[in-house]
Amino acid sequence: MISKRIVLHFPQRVAEKPIVYKLVKEYDLTFNILKAYVTPQEEGLMVMELSGKQDDFKKGIEYLQASGVKIQPLSEDVIRNEAKCTDCGACVPVCPTQALVVDPLTRKVHFYDNKCVACELCVKICPTKAMEIHF
Amino acid sequence: MRTIKEINEKIKKGQVVVATAEEIIELAGKKGIKKAAQEVDVVTTGTFGPMCSSGAYFNIGHSKPRVKLGGGVCKFNDVPAYTGFAAMDVYLGATALPDDDPRNKIYPGEFRYGGGHVIQELLEGKDVRLEVVAYGTDCYPRKKLETLIRLQDLNEAVLFNIRNCYQNYNVAVNLSEKIIYTYMGVLMPRLGNANYCSAGQLSPLLKDPYYKTVGIGTKIFLGGGIGYVAWHGTQHNPSVKRKPNGVPAVPSGTLAVIGDLKQMKAEWLRGTSMVGYGTTLTVGIGVPIPILNEEIAQQVAVKDEDLYAPIVDYSQNYPQCIPGALGEVSYAQLKSGKIKVEGKAVPTGALSSYAKAKEIAEELKSWIQKRDFILSEPVALLPGAESGYSFKPLHERPVT
Repeated sequence: MISKRIVLHFPQRVAEKPIVYKLVKEYDLTFNILKAYVTPQEEGLMVMELSGKQDDFKKGIEYLQASGVKIQPLSEDVIRNEAKCTDCGACVPVCPTQALVVDPLTRKVHFYDNKCVACELCVKICPTKAMEIHF
Repeated sequence: MRTIKEINEKIKKGQVVVATAEEIIELAGKKGIKKAAQEVDVVTTGTFGPMCSSGAYFNIGHSKPRVKLGGGVCKFNDVPAYTGFAAMDVYLGATALPDDDPRNKIYPGEFRYGGGHVIQELLEGKDVRLEVVAYGTDCYPRKKLETLIRLQDLNEAVLFNIRNCYQNYNVAVNLSEKIIYTYMGVLMPRLGNANYCSAGQLSPLLKDPYYKTVGIGTKIFLGGGIGYVAWHGTQHNPSVKRKPNGVPAVPSGTLAVIGDLKQMKAEWLRGTSMVGYGTTLTVGIGVPIPILNEEIAQQVAVKDEDLYAPIVDYSQNYPQCIPGALGEVSYAQLKSGKIKVEGKAVPTGALSSYAKAKEIAEELKSWIQKRDFILSEPVALLPGAESGYSFKPLHERPVT
């Protein structure tokens, strides 16, 4: 079993087609949608956690790519600019997945990007604009 | 026990014993207050948080032909400065915004750039665009001026913050059904989070609650350089309710501080954006507390467990100026990451960086140990708990 958080970019021509449901039906994968923009006339974007058997996962990804969906691993998306971060901790309670936590000893804020779901709440509220989004 | 003069002699001889506020807490816990007071000469404190009543004044140097800024308009990177002084003196406040910033018209506003950011960029050595519009006089004929300018080009550049270093502060929560954007950060609905803003056991005025050593003329760490306490800060409110250990249970004392901006560092003065609220400046301050007697040692060794802050609703009580708190919590509880408010476990967030406050206390300690920082004697004390000095609300009267 593997489980990965990925970002799916749907070009306009496929944005209206039912694609994601086939991951369950044909490839026996499960997913948890973490974020989705479904804007008509524009590219669609979906962030999901996709899980299943190694082989099914590989085939599922191949199917998505063949359908015209661009795939990006999620961990590359939100980046902390270490020079700008002051370790204040304003981001900590708003992070829904505890990807931002305070070290109880040093009181420094740690960013675990593998836990990040790119909801961008921290990007919006960071007082020194240390959290940056890179899509 | 010892005087500031004696401590300074020890600093000069390289014999001074300095501890940070964290270290004296540990020492007092191990050896007791009496022993800690005997051993330690100076305790260093620190704080690093957004402080809105901050800014800097500049003297720009006369242009040829001369221009009079007084009564005119002066902008740094589009951020307006106050010009109501003589020809080339201006004051730039941390919360000033460019005229064309949309503010909260697109709610919540981003407030990406304001006076605080200009101060940070000047400290980074960057060129800043100065723009002046004046009305012109016989002796100051010029009406327009536009030039690039750097910190080193200015005659005087002085950080002068009229309210910093709050002695204790509210813990902000939101009881309403909608998200709110405040100077205490984003507050999620239905007690979604609780934000606090104090370095607690490292915070300067919490460690000298009766202002026995901190007074006018006290030399401090300010923005990475040397500064001084100029006065008590605006809204200084020493007459509030105090805990049995003497520490105020609500926001109380404040400091006005001053220092040469040119010897400060961008690392310790950061332009700051509070979404939906505005811009500000995050200021680093460290105050040395001379251990003149056991009582001062006792106060300086009070720990997070014994320092309390009030929990205030920022959806109704704060904006409507309705007194009352939802309870109080210790800084130890706040630092645990969760507090209980009205029976609900609420995650906590800080606006003041404890990690940076600790760095400041350590930096100031090393300055004193290296003989780079001699303590000053305050020339006058701040209004104290028994002074009757207090902070009044506005009494509005009809304009006739």
